[in-house]
Amino acid sequence: MSDTTTGTVQVKRGLAEMLKGGVIMDVVDAEQARIAEDAGAVAVMALERVPADIRAEGGVARMSDPQLIEEIQAAVSIPVMAKSRIGHFVEAQVLQDLGVDYVDESEVLSPADHAHHIDKWDFTVPFVCGATNLGEALRRIAEGAAMIRSKGEAGTGDVSEATRHIRTIRAEIRRLSALSKDELYVAAKELQAPYPLVAEVAATGMLPVVLFTAGGIATPADAAMMMQLGADGVFVGSGIFTSGDPAKRAAAIVRATTFHDDPSVITEVSRGLGKAMVGINVADLPAPHRLAERGW
Amino acid sequence: MSTGGSAGVPAYAPGQGLRIGVLALQGDVREHERMLTSLGAQVTTVRREHELEGLDGLVLPGGESSVIDKLLRGTGMYEPLVAALRAGLSVLGTCAGLILLADRLADGITGQQTLGGIDATVRRNAFGTQRESFETDLEVPALEGPPVRAAFIRAPVIEALGPAATPLATLPDGRLVAAEQGALMGLSFHPESTGESRFHRRFLSTARARRAPVCSGGAEMGAD
Repeated sequence: MSDTTTGTVQVKRGLAEMLKGGVIMDVVDAEQARIAEDAGAVAVMALERVPADIRAEGGVARMSDPQLIEEIQAAVSIPVMAKSRIGHFVEAQVLQDLGVDYVDESEVLSPADHAHHIDKWDFTVPFVCGATNLGEALRRIAEGAAMIRSKGEAGTGDVSEATRHIRTIRAEIRRLSALSKDELYVAAKELQAPYPLVAEVAATGMLPVVLFTAGGIATPADAAMMMQLGADGVFVGSGIFTSGDPAKRAAAIVRATTFHDDPSVITEVSRGLGKAMVGINVADLPAPHRLAERGW
Repeated sequence: MSTGGSAGVPAYAPGQGLRIGVLALQGDVREHERMLTSLGAQVTTVRREHELEGLDGLVLPGGESSVIDKLLRGTGMYEPLVAALRAGLSVLGTCAGLILLADRLADGITGQQTLGGIDATVRRNAFGTQRESFETDLEVPALEGPPVRAAFIRAPVIEALGPAATPLATLPDGRLVAAEQGALMGLSFHPESTGESRFHRRFLSTARARRAPVCSGGAEMGAD
């Protein structure tokens, strides 16, 4: 009887739905992965270097060593995500073969293709992709992304770009909702996104997939602000394991994400957290070092 | 059964006059809210103890069970919720919610607990990683109509079920994926994501039947 299928749109988008209200943490080894799981991470992102270190060390950043990813998979029972370079469909094939739960086609790594992103419909594993605005988000969804994260500026600890991107995406969605049906054709042209997706967003007032925020989130208050701005959840990269007390900060960010609209909880969890990551002001970053501009 | 009523509330709504909470610490809260609202229930989110007051039923959504457990215990919600379940509150749990309802957990993370209530042993991520997540048609004898289109997302299974509980659905390979016991119903899959309303209808009718006839002071505005 059974018409059993894996990798359906429902199943791919569905996992992201289950992650809502949660915090996804960057980890570079099994020990960090266990700390993240203990602190209440809803998933971990397995990578060799956190974005702050990629920034500091420079050079070409690539997919992590499969052995590292396997060690992290063995260490935790929550979902494990891993990054491929933009357009590098073979790295994505490897990650799918490893059985990661989500592939992040990420601007944090060096792009492998400066014109094309991965055709994500070809895969059973779901993809999350970054976006700085609604058009970019819808292009990624058209290519098969099952989850979107606003990009922010990874590895800086400066939340201002994350704020700008989530505000932009949410504002563009609200604007679409106010347009008449015949105006949506031009809106699709301007957004450089497929008309059916534009019409769907206009009708529902939301993206057809879950929208997380990433890039520069370093404190419980940062996470709560992203949630109040309408994110479904947050990615925290360098902010946890480059801080003074990662376990405590991780747990605090989890609590702040759940109780994002309750200042008394944010106050309580922010107290005595130890040193936050030092970070870099995005304004001080020369243009070639801005990761959010990668992706097209 | 034919008043599909996807948009707007049908003339007779199964949830009419019922106040239903959705535990909103983490997970697919929105999908349950949408389903329950479409069935006419008055839906509130629950993150704190006082928000449990006056509920006719509670949904434990899908999500990451270890995270929901941690937040329940970190926020003082665990004991009040166990007390509410023991006192007979009607509860529907999907995926992580099923895990929370099981008396025994086969492979939780270190220190993970459940609320309990269904005499069952449940295994997390029983099918493997996301690559093995799937959709299938599921026969559910207790429901009228066609098979259920069910999405299993890093889903748990019920490995053993005690005599006090009743099985509701099994996969073709015999693995048990839904059960109920008293006012509690637990599902491995996500009817809230696939537009399948029959489990929520069943839950609402249990909640209605169990609705406490003696209200402790709470005036039920507009219940009729």
